[in-house]
Amino acid sequence: MAERTSVSVAMVGSGGAGVLTTGAMLLQAACAAGWNGLLTRSVGPQIRGGEAAALLRLATHAIECLADHVDLLVGIDWVSAQRFEAEIELAPGSLIVSDPGAGPPPPALSPSGARFIELRLTEMIKANPAWRANMIALGAAAHLLGLDERDLAGVIRLHFEAKGADIAAANVAAAQAGGRAMAAETSDYRLARPAQSHGKRWLITGNEATALGALRGGVRFAAAYPITPASEILEWLAPNLPKVGGSLVQAEDELASINMIIGASYGGVPALTATSGPGLSLMIEALGLATAAEIPIVVVDVMRGGPSTGIPTKSEQTDLNIAVYGLHGDAPHLVIAPQSVTDCLLATQWATFLAEALQAPAIVLSDQSLGQTQAAVSRPADLAFIGERLRATEFATPYMRYALGGGGVSPMAIPGTPGGQYTADGLTHTARGIPTSSAREHRAQLDKRREKIERYAYGALWATLEGEGDAAVITWGSLTGVAREALARARADGHRIRLIAPRLLLPTRPEEMTAALAGVKRLLVVEQTHSAQFYRYLRAYYTLPQETRVFHRPGPLPIRPGEIHRQLTEGASL
Amino acid sequence: MSDAAVIQAIDSPATLFAVALEIETDAVERYKLLAEQMETHNNPELARIFLDLARAEGLHAEQIRRAAGDLVVEPRRGPIGAWRTESPESADLISAHYLMRPRDALLMALAGEERALAFYSGLAAAGNDALVRKLAADFAEEEREHVELCRRLLLRYLPPAAADADDPDPPLAVD
Amino acid sequence: MSATAPLACKPGDYKSQTKPIWCPGCGDYHVLMALTRALAALGLPPEQIAVISGIGCSSRIPAYTNCYGFHGVHGRSLPLAAGLKIVRPDLTVIVASGDGDGYSIGGNHFLHACRRNVDLTYLVMDNHIYGMTKGQPSPTTEPDFDTALTPGGTGVRPFNPLVVALASGANFVARAYAGNPHETANIIVEAVRHPGFSFVEILSPCVTYRPDQRAWKDRVHTAPVEATDDAGRAARRLMTDDGFNLGVLYRGDRHPFRPAVAAACGDRSELEKGFEL
Repeated sequence: MAERTSVSVAMVGSGGAGVLTTGAMLLQAACAAGWNGLLTRSVGPQIRGGEAAALLRLATHAIECLADHVDLLVGIDWVSAQRFEAEIELAPGSLIVSDPGAGPPPPALSPSGARFIELRLTEMIKANPAWRANMIALGAAAHLLGLDERDLAGVIRLHFEAKGADIAAANVAAAQAGGRAMAAETSDYRLARPAQSHGKRWLITGNEATALGALRGGVRFAAAYPITPASEILEWLAPNLPKVGGSLVQAEDELASINMIIGASYGGVPALTATSGPGLSLMIEALGLATAAEIPIVVVDVMRGGPSTGIPTKSEQTDLNIAVYGLHGDAPHLVIAPQSVTDCLLATQWATFLAEALQAPAIVLSDQSLGQTQAAVSRPADLAFIGERLRATEFATPYMRYALGGGGVSPMAIPGTPGGQYTADGLTHTARGIPTSSAREHRAQLDKRREKIERYAYGALWATLEGEGDAAVITWGSLTGVAREALARARADGHRIRLIAPRLLLPTRPEEMTAALAGVKRLLVVEQTHSAQFYRYLRAYYTLPQETRVFHRPGPLPIRPGEIHRQLTEGASL
Repeated sequence: MSDAAVIQAIDSPATLFAVALEIETDAVERYKLLAEQMETHNNPELARIFLDLARAEGLHAEQIRRAAGDLVVEPRRGPIGAWRTESPESADLISAHYLMRPRDALLMALAGEERALAFYSGLAAAGNDALVRKLAADFAEEEREHVELCRRLLLRYLPPAAADADDPDPPLAVD
Repeated sequence: MSATAPLACKPGDYKSQTKPIWCPGCGDYHVLMALTRALAALGLPPEQIAVISGIGCSSRIPAYTNCYGFHGVHGRSLPLAAGLKIVRPDLTVIVASGDGDGYSIGGNHFLHACRRNVDLTYLVMDNHIYGMTKGQPSPTTEPDFDTALTPGGTGVRPFNPLVVALASGANFVARAYAGNPHETANIIVEAVRHPGFSFVEILSPCVTYRPDQRAWKDRVHTAPVEATDDAGRAARRLMTDDGFNLGVLYRGDRHPFRPAVAAACGDRSELEKGFEL
């Protein structure tokens, strides 16, 4: 019975079954024992009681995305589970754990070739009223995966700590019973032993990592307006910013949040807000103000299905256009895209640093699949990026807030500093900050703001560049990890393909991209959009090889490594 | 309007001189502001007239300082001024207009002088102190002369025969 | 607020060299005068003051002062100012707006600024018209006032900013008239000194689009009663107010907004403990 290096588990249930909690606990137990793992979820539209699916992947090696199909499907019940048909693809060798008392799973979820195993939840609950069905299912799943019962018991006890020892004990017992119920199963879904200890590890979501990255980068003020799927960033910052002397205020709408952070930053404090597509649309005008008045701010956009209200709980990469092109006028600014759950921390911290250094707004383009995926990651190293703007301390009379020279970055007077009084303005202004319609002044300030953004030495962080060969895959954001896995498979078959994933989407890097593409004859662009936004952006700014193909489809379904791999092998020859 | 309260508060010649000085310096400041407005709005003739008026008020202020002689004239009580609403001789900014003609400036000045005259006359009649009343009467006399001067100057600038000055260009939106 | 003694400042210390573009005859000249006199009376150093505005004629005022300023986008002066004041409670923050910027596009922020009660002083130069954009009606324009965009008038009842401010929680409500600069200056002084969100509606005639407003000087009058600290009484008065009552009309006792504070964590790694496996 070969042990696996990667197993994908889906748990479904409804009406208060506690599926998502169960998935989280399974992840916790597995990662505490040393495995790598990630957890994402899919839900119905109800606020409570809706159908839900917890989608996990556990592995002995590093993973950054869901696998192509689900190996183990555990149904606490099958009510409305057909909703998840497209996201839970089983393979002939997959195993379905089903409660006979809950009826059969929807046909769509049970392809021929998948095996069934009974877990008599309804009966067991009847016999032991203190047990919960999801805990029994948890124990069953853990056993099938080969997790140690004690690790699981520890997680369960921790989870029910607040409710008292009796309840904790009952649930541990329930889980154990679930494990015993699987004893006869001779399936081979056991994970191989976890790899050696990786040092300190964390369990964190992309949104939490984003928030922590901001804090590490020096953000000390946030204005919040809740929006799915970004609210968790603000929820993490709310109690934690005050602990480092900062503050978070809930605003009345996104127009207020972005203007508040501009005001706070004008006052000298690095500031951030987080939103999604609809909120970013509202913030566009103020982003232009921050650009024109040269005020550093960070705006995180956790992209979701669009357009308009779209699919709030799903991921897409379709805010690229508005992030890059959305500001009216010629308004150079920064757009940075994290590439994994852990990269959310680095990207946001870097964005904070850059915004401050360049006195400009930075949009961090995250997405729902990063933001709301929980993953085991190595403790992110401390980085030297602490946001620190160039402050004016000595003043000519009059003070030239927007003086030319210095690579386009002019020292900023912070209110309270004598002699530095100026009026920040969205109106086109002179070097002194006086409104003007002069052609020379307008041009000079446009040149200044472009120069500071484009001439900066961003270094190697601008993109992920891996591999060699005359074929390449170019993608960005959450698809970086998916592409990486697809390329690993292709390389295992002897193909030589590069991976290019820009982290810095704006400003564009013509020289660096030319170097990255040097020698590439065949390029596959991969993105999660309907209109190939990324491809058109690349075409607009870069010279692409003659043989460039695009693989793009919109959300809500995640793009799988297998899909990219098929594009590489079945598409134009490698 | 608020003259009565100011009259009540003037209890000595020193205070009277301070108030008189305030009236003049406010008037100077106001005319200078109007001159600046006229210059920015490309009405140089009116800019000159308002500067002249500012100069005239400045001279009057000098006169008052000399008349105070050895008296220590108390500085103005704070930057806001003694009157509840507005200093009496200060030109009414709200009646300004970018197309105003010399006659309009003189009418403004006349109105200011008349208000000042009314104030001093009131103080001469109802002031708390005999010396204050006497000095107030002198100041009133001075203001009466200014009123007469304005009226004479106005004869030079008759009301326009045709309608008010007209700008064929409509107002612009600049923001 | 500074703990040192007030400086011997003159109003001229608070004016910049920039010449206003306001039409001669505009009430905003008086407002600028009143503001500089008020700031001199308060004795605050110019660098400790920030004047925040939106878009419109009145919103040009920051550049005409010698303080720190921010000329933001239309309707958003209040959140801009709130963000600044929350992180910099040491500064005195004055917010300037007009009836369009403040009551129309800025209306939502107005409500929440009154609620939130951050220590700000909000001066709205109300001329019952959109001056900068050539004469469209504002929320305070009379319903029968004819304009190019609304021939015959809007037919819509005007907004009552003082009532709305009071109902939303403003801690200080006053009305002033630009033509009384001394009175206006005194009201501004009191507004700045009063903690929390202080709202001063300043009737400021528009010489270009509302020459009829020259008649305001004969319509304004001191409020017949003293200011009250009873919100209910103030509400009744304001609901029957004729729109020309001048003076401080309401003084509340709400505590100004303070962001949440927490015990400082010694080491930032304490925040990260929650993620550890």
